[in-house]
Formats: sequence, structure tokens, C-alpha cells
Amino acid sequence: MVERRPTLGLLAHAVLIIGVLIVAFPVYVAFVASTHTADTLIHSPMPLLPGAHFVDNYIGALQGGTMGSGSKAAVGQMMLVSLITALVIAIGKIAISLLSAFAIVYFRFPFRMLFFWSIFVTLMLPVEVRIGPTYKVVADLHMLNTYAGLTVPLIASATATFLFRQFFLTVPEELLEAARMDGAGPMRFFFDVLLPLSVTSMAALFVIQFIYGWNQYLWPLLVTTDESMYPVVIGIKRMIAGGETQTDWNLVMSTAILAMIPPTLVVMLMQKWFVKGLVDTEK
Amino acid sequence: MKFEVFTPALLTAAALFTLPAQAQIEVQWWHSMVAVNGEWVNDLAKEFNASQKDYKVVPVFKGNYDESMTAAIAAFRAGNAPHILQVFEVGTATMMASKGAVVPVGQVMKDAGYKFDPGVYIPAVAGYYTAPNGQMLSFPFNSSTTVFYVNKDAFKSAGLDTTQLPTSWPEVALAAAKLKAAGHKCPFTTAWQGWTQLESFSAWHNVELATKRNGLAGLDARLVSNSPLHVRHIENLSNMAKQGLFVYKGRGNVPEASFVSGECAMITTSSGFYGNVKKNAKFAFGLAPLPHYPDVPGAPQNTVIGGASLWVMSGKKPAEYKGVATFFDFLSRPDVQSASHKRTGYLPITTAAYQLTEKSGFYKENPGADTAVNQMIRKTTDKSRGIRLGNYVQIRTIEDEELELVWGGKKTPKEALDSIVKRGNELLERFEKANKG
Amino acid sequence: MAAEKRVTLRSRWLPWVLLAPQGFVIVVFFFWPAGQALVQSLQQSDAFGTSVNWVGLENFRNLWNDETYLASFKTTAVFSILVAVLGLSLALMLAVFADRVARGSMFYRTFLILPYAVAPAVAGVLWLFLFSPSVGIVSYALGRMSVAWNPLLDAGDAMALVVMAAVWKQLSYNFLFFLAGLQSIPKSLIEAAAIDGARPWRRFWTIQFPLLSPTSFFLLVINVVYAFFDTFAIVDAATKGGPGKETAILVYKVYYDGFKALDLGGSAAQSVVLMVIVITLTVVQFRFVEKKVSY
Repeated sequence: MVERRPTLGLLAHAVLIIGVLIVAFPVYVAFVASTHTADTLIHSPMPLLPGAHFVDNYIGALQGGTMGSGSKAAVGQMMLVSLITALVIAIGKIAISLLSAFAIVYFRFPFRMLFFWSIFVTLMLPVEVRIGPTYKVVADLHMLNTYAGLTVPLIASATATFLFRQFFLTVPEELLEAARMDGAGPMRFFFDVLLPLSVTSMAALFVIQFIYGWNQYLWPLLVTTDESMYPVVIGIKRMIAGGETQTDWNLVMSTAILAMIPPTLVVMLMQKWFVKGLVDTEK
Repeated sequence: MKFEVFTPALLTAAALFTLPAQAQIEVQWWHSMVAVNGEWVNDLAKEFNASQKDYKVVPVFKGNYDESMTAAIAAFRAGNAPHILQVFEVGTATMMASKGAVVPVGQVMKDAGYKFDPGVYIPAVAGYYTAPNGQMLSFPFNSSTTVFYVNKDAFKSAGLDTTQLPTSWPEVALAAAKLKAAGHKCPFTTAWQGWTQLESFSAWHNVELATKRNGLAGLDARLVSNSPLHVRHIENLSNMAKQGLFVYKGRGNVPEASFVSGECAMITTSSGFYGNVKKNAKFAFGLAPLPHYPDVPGAPQNTVIGGASLWVMSGKKPAEYKGVATFFDFLSRPDVQSASHKRTGYLPITTAAYQLTEKSGFYKENPGADTAVNQMIRKTTDKSRGIRLGNYVQIRTIEDEELELVWGGKKTPKEALDSIVKRGNELLERFEKANKG
Repeated sequence: MAAEKRVTLRSRWLPWVLLAPQGFVIVVFFFWPAGQALVQSLQQSDAFGTSVNWVGLENFRNLWNDETYLASFKTTAVFSILVAVLGLSLALMLAVFADRVARGSMFYRTFLILPYAVAPAVAGVLWLFLFSPSVGIVSYALGRMSVAWNPLLDAGDAMALVVMAAVWKQLSYNFLFFLAGLQSIPKSLIEAAAIDGARPWRRFWTIQFPLLSPTSFFLLVINVVYAFFDTFAIVDAATKGGPGKETAILVYKVYYDGFKALDLGGSAAQSVVLMVIVITLTVVQFRFVEKKVSY
């Protein structure tokens, strides 16, 4: 760090460790639960240390557990659907939001603010309320049971547009002036100057939107009738008994942990893009 | 000359066109069964599909009951509803009121040429899903009812007799007191409190929960669940709560976990809980009929079912409906019913199935498993046949909310029950108005 | 709006082309269906739509006359303020410290962001494993310490539970964006200030916080929207609005009516009310709070 301040450094670590303990505790519980038998878990309180059934449970989860012997969707298949959905949504959202934010911040044209607010308003109506009519639109466009149907309706994102707007507003004016003097057109400015600067924001958004796409439950449930198009969260949910039978909690948790591996990888890989000082050298 | 070649060719072509399509007719079945019950659904479909070549039933998991309802509504409005939809019992009035959206099961069977005799069905099970004119509206699929589970080991440790389980509410209170004295922190609890303590309670005592035969006879039914008997019962429970004999453990089926873990010694909940208890309880347990008040005339009558039934959606082709009828006929077979009952703990829906199960010695091997059936196999009265109220989901929630206020000491039983009736009737009025058309 | 670029680009047609993709998606997949959904606020129909009646403002009148609905305004206000304030302040503190440490930063960052990846359905179950009065580990621990904890019957406990659950989910989200924001502050500025003798606390308030303000504003607006709109799943999993209606926030009723009770007209009417509230709050934030943001 900038200077040596041992007590501050110690405080930082202490706070962070407590933070991790509190915030990550539920995840830890899920992991512990995935290493015991269902029996152990039902008798409260459940143990806090991992058990001995790690291998059994994870193999069980990979083979489809209690999702039904006749179920066509094995975990691998569902993870693939989730992966494609998550990637398309994340990349799609970032791409179109970059363009929209660029237009709104850097250009002057009629109805400019109207566009911004219309994009913003899309955050203000919960999906469940408009899900019926949205389904009808998708059905009319013959997009049921397709990846397009799973992803395109979810691609409009006010969050990403808003974040990019915030970021673009902080970009120094001199950069644009310099680009203009070099004779660069708008799109050249966009690709050569703005995009590289936006890498950190894009990385953060990619994590969030990937996870958002990965954890989709309700929309895929409605839009697909072909169980082989079900993403992984539906698979997890259908192992959780609503009350008429027993749930194999150990298998539920092991599937849930498996389902968290791709997002975890995304989080870890993305940190490479959290590069400090990128802005320094550009300026 | 040309004719000679032409006509046979034409005839052959005509023959090919009029031959029945070799492709199977697909029947879409949307359900909400999870975990092992999901496997049961898939196995049923597999068995049916293997038994004949004309139809293929395709079961699709569509989330829990709320989610599958929403999916079905969205699909219906977009023109591609499934053929069969599993709907929970509280949604019956909603389905019935949507004229034009559903086709009564009785009609589907009749049109397909199946002899449909309502008499073979267990009265309290089928009656719930039957119209006032006797036509069966939906096909009972997974039905359960309210029963009483007891932790026999806990009883022993409190010095209570495990051969004579409590049959009346006063006896339950006494047993609870003994359990508490012996150190048990949670002598009694209940799951699905609206269903067990108000709805099934009413039918069990042959009193109405709502007018117009609990709604079976018309949309102008109104709640009367604040009668003296109801108030008396909730007051008893409230007193038990104050003394720590009854501990409230949450809505829905959440409290069931506290019985399995051994924390609570007695619980009233669904018969479907049996499989869970059998597999996971580390103590001896017993099943008994729902407790009642012996001084009430007509008690015990029969209890009310929970669970779901299968509805047939409209707008499909006749050939597809024939497939649906064939599938329902398959599901009604005594051997299929008996196997399902044994496997899942859900009630058999025909008396023949019950008798078949009994003959096989199943009830001897699994004592208590016939408690539920016994509660249902009586002749029902007008007050106990079933409950069908509009906006029932919301009424259940109101029951939960108001009862919670009683257990928390914020309202008296009379206030809470009056509030349930007032708020519930507003909803019933609205439902009546919205569905007059 | 206060925030504008001084230097802008000129083109007649380019902005429209750039906006076209998002514009197309939101018109077809948001505005068109949303319009249809909101029209339902003026109707009362059966679940399947086989009989639809126009009732004008009756759905709205029903809301106005429902005292539990009016009470939930207060519940929502308390809940949203707690969630936004706790979620932002705790995340900021964690982000500043995580930004500062060199060793173990990958570990801290990963495990502080990771909980966001827990699927909502699974998160609900985990909360049950932790806080359920019957089988929850935390409940058990609290019981051993003789702390009374009963979110089933105690309104305060129930509110604490849902606030905790909502903040937990949002901490990871806020942390991630705060961290991203902190990363883009030039190291040179901080070093210069340090050389000038400014202590860390001072540096934070005079340099980092102002430069972080675009991100902070973003998160403030998003957190308010989140608290109002995205929290019904948490309430549904944790308390279902109970005990009684003590934790039934406005959006929970929207979801409940539209989804479980299938009262689409009522649900749509409530959505309209909720939208008006949040749009107003957002406009207020843009008008008054954004002035303090330094771009």
C-alpha cells in the first residue's frame, strides 16, 4: 500500500475476514450439507463440519439424483443450457448497453432523455407481472423452446446502460478532443478509446449478468416445454419437495454446489480485468 | 389407357391419405411433482405409453402449483395450453369459474365412449371435484387428508399409554401437559393450520365452514368459520399455546421438520407426510385419526382432502381427448391405483383399489397407513363433502395471518375468526362478481 | 439533467443506429407486454381470461380501502431504508478494505462476491437451514445463548430476518461495483496526497469518496429499485409476509396477488402504484442527489 500502517492493515484483514465469514457462511453451510447424508441433515442442529459422503453425493448429483429416473435432463445437459443462456445474455446485454450509453452520453438528438428514461423504466415492472403477455409475444414470434426465446427477452438492461452512462461521464473531455483532432470518427473513438477504458466496468457487469442469466428459473420454466431445454436451477428446484415427500437435501446441496462452479470460475477469471492503473497509463 | 393407370394410382394415393396417421398422438401433461413423486409421474407415463401404441403421454415439470398455473394461463392465452394440467385443490373454484377454459372430465370420458361410473370412487375424495349436478369436473390424482402423528417414544418417556393414542382434543391437551411436565419443549404442533384446524376440522365435526355446502352449491357462499364451535376450538389451542403445550412452528408444511427431528411430540398434518416419517424418524411413531370433540353430534364424520387433481384444458382435437380419456381410464385401474397408493402414500381414489391394497396385506405391514383412507371412506353429508371457494388461496393466507396473531397473543380467537370471515367474505364477493359472466 | 458532456459528437443518423438494438428489444419485449399487463389494472377477469370486465378505477379504489395495503407502505419504507443503508455502507467498507490489502485479495474478493451466485431458490433453503426456529443452526445457537428468537411470531425478529436476507444478497453486488469503482481511481492521486501527509481516513473522504461518487450514485439508485422490486422472493422464502402481515412489503403483495391469488387486475393496479412511487423516488434522486456527484 501507500505507506506502512500495520494497525490499519490488521484492521482491514480483520474486517475482511469477519465479512467473509458472515457473507460466505451460507455457502459454507451448503457445502457442508452436500457432504453428509440426508438423514444427518434433518436432525437439528446440522453439523458444522464436513462429513464423509462427499464422493457419494456428488456422483449422485451428476447422475441426476432424485430428479426422476425418467427425467431426460441430466445435470450436464442442464449446465450446458445454463451456460449458453448465461453467455448470450451477458454478452448481449453488455454489447447493446455500450452502444446505447454511448449514444445517450456523447450525442445530442431529439428525445435523447426520453430514451434514457424509457430504458430506465424497464427496471420498474417486476417480471412476474408482465410474464403472461411477454410469453404471448414470444409464442407469437415462434420463439418457444429456443435459445432465442430464452435469452432475447432478457437482454434489455437498464443496469448496464446506466452504469456505462456513469462511467462515460467520468471520461475526460480531452480524450474526445484529442481523438477529433486526430481526425477520428465517432466509432473509431468508441472502439479505440472508450472500450479499453471501460474494461473494468465490463468485467463487473459480465459477472453480474452472467450470474443473472445462469440463475434464471421462472422464464425458462414458462418458455420451454421440452425438458432438455431446462437450465440447471429448474433441476435443483424440482428436487426440493414442496411438502408432500421428503427431500434429499444432501443431493440438492451437492447439485447446487456443482451449479455454482461456473459462476465461481467467472468471478475468479474476471478479477484479471480489475486492473488498477489502466486509466493512469491511458491518460 | 390413361385411366387404367390413373385410377389405381389415384386410389392408392387416396388410400394413403386417408390411412390413420402412423405418428402417435401426443398428450402434454403439466405437473408439479418433485423429487420421488416426480419419478412416480414419469413412471406412470412410461407404463401407459408402453401399454399401447396410439397415444404418448409426455409429462413436463412446470414448477410448483403457482408457477404451473401461471404457465398454463400464459399458454392458454397464447393458444397452446397443455392437455392435462395438475391443479391443487384450492384452485378448484378458479378452474371451474373459467368457463371455456376447461372440459369436465366426465364429459371427456363420455365423449370417448368410456363408461364412467362415479360410484366406484371413494365419496369424500371424488365429491370434492364433482359439480352439483354430479358430473366429475377433474380427475383426483394425488389426494391426501389430515391425520394425527404421535411420537411414541416421547409418550413412553412421559408415562403415557402408547396403545391408546389420544382421540379427542381434551385428551390431546392432557397428553401435552404430561409431556411438558416430563420436560418436552414442544408437546404439540400443527402444520397447514388453516386446512387442519379450520377446514378439515369443520368437516370432521359435520359443521359448515361456509354456507351453500361450503361453496359446492354456488358462488354466493359465505364463510361461517366463526361459529361457537370454531371459536371454542381456537380458544382451546390459544390456551394451550399460552401454557406452552402448543408451539407454533410456521405456515404450510414447515413444522413437519420439527416432528421428524423429535422436537415436537404430536402433530396434525397431511397423510402424505407418512413416507417422510417412516424413512427419517428415529423413534417409534403412531398414526391416529384427527382428534375431535366427542360432545359434538355427528363427529367424527369425514375429513377434507388436500392435494391436487388433473384438469383437461379446452381447445384440443377430439382424437387428443380420446388419448386423455384412455390415460385416465388407465390411471383408474385398481392395480395402478393400489401401486401408486403404496408407493406414495396418496389416497387410493376407488374403493376397489382400497380393497386390493388391503388384500395384499399392505396395511398390516404398515400400521397406520390406512388411517387416512378410513377417515374418507364414509358416506359424506352435505356439510362434509368438500370445500370449494373462490380466491381460496388468499383465504388460506388470511387464515394463516389471523391465526398467527392469535398465537402471538395480539388478537383474541373471536376477533381473529371474525376477521377471517370479514376479509374472506370480501374476497368471495369479489370472486362472485368477477365470475358471473 | 445536471450531468452533461461539454464536448459532443455530431451525427444525424448514428445515435439512432446505436440505440436501435436496445430500443427494439425493449419495445417488443417490455413496453408492448407491459402495456397489456397494465391495461389489466382497469379490468377484472377470471384467471384464464375467458371473461373480462372493464371496471375502470375500481381496482385502485379497492386498494385505497384496504387498510392492510396502506399499512404496508410503512413496512416497505422501513424495509427499503434499512436494506439500502446497510447494503451500501457495509459493502463500501468491505470494498475499501479489500482494495487496500495486497495479500489475500483474490481470496477476499472471490468469497465476498461468490454469494451472489447462489441461486435464489437455493438461498431460500439455506436461510431455512440457518434461521428456522425448528432446525436452524443460528436459531439453535441463539437458543443456547438464551436469546429469544422467533421470527414466526415476533414482528421485530421477522423484519430483522428479511432485512438480513435482502442485505446479504445485495452486499456481494454492491461490493463488486464499489471495488470496480475504486480500481479506476488513479493511484497517482492517492500517492500524491499521501506524500502531502494526508492520512488514510482523510484521503478516503477527499479523494476516493468523491471520485467514487458516480458509482455510489449508480448503486444508490439501483439499491432503492432493488429494495422495492426484487425482494419478494426473499420475503416469500423467509416469512411469507408474516407474522400476520408484518413483513408484507408492497411488492410482495403484487407478486402474491398476481401469482398465487391470480388476481391479475389487482396485481396490475398495485404495480402501477409501485411504479409511480419508484419513478418519483428515482427522479428525485437524479434531480437532487446527482448534483453532488462529481464526474
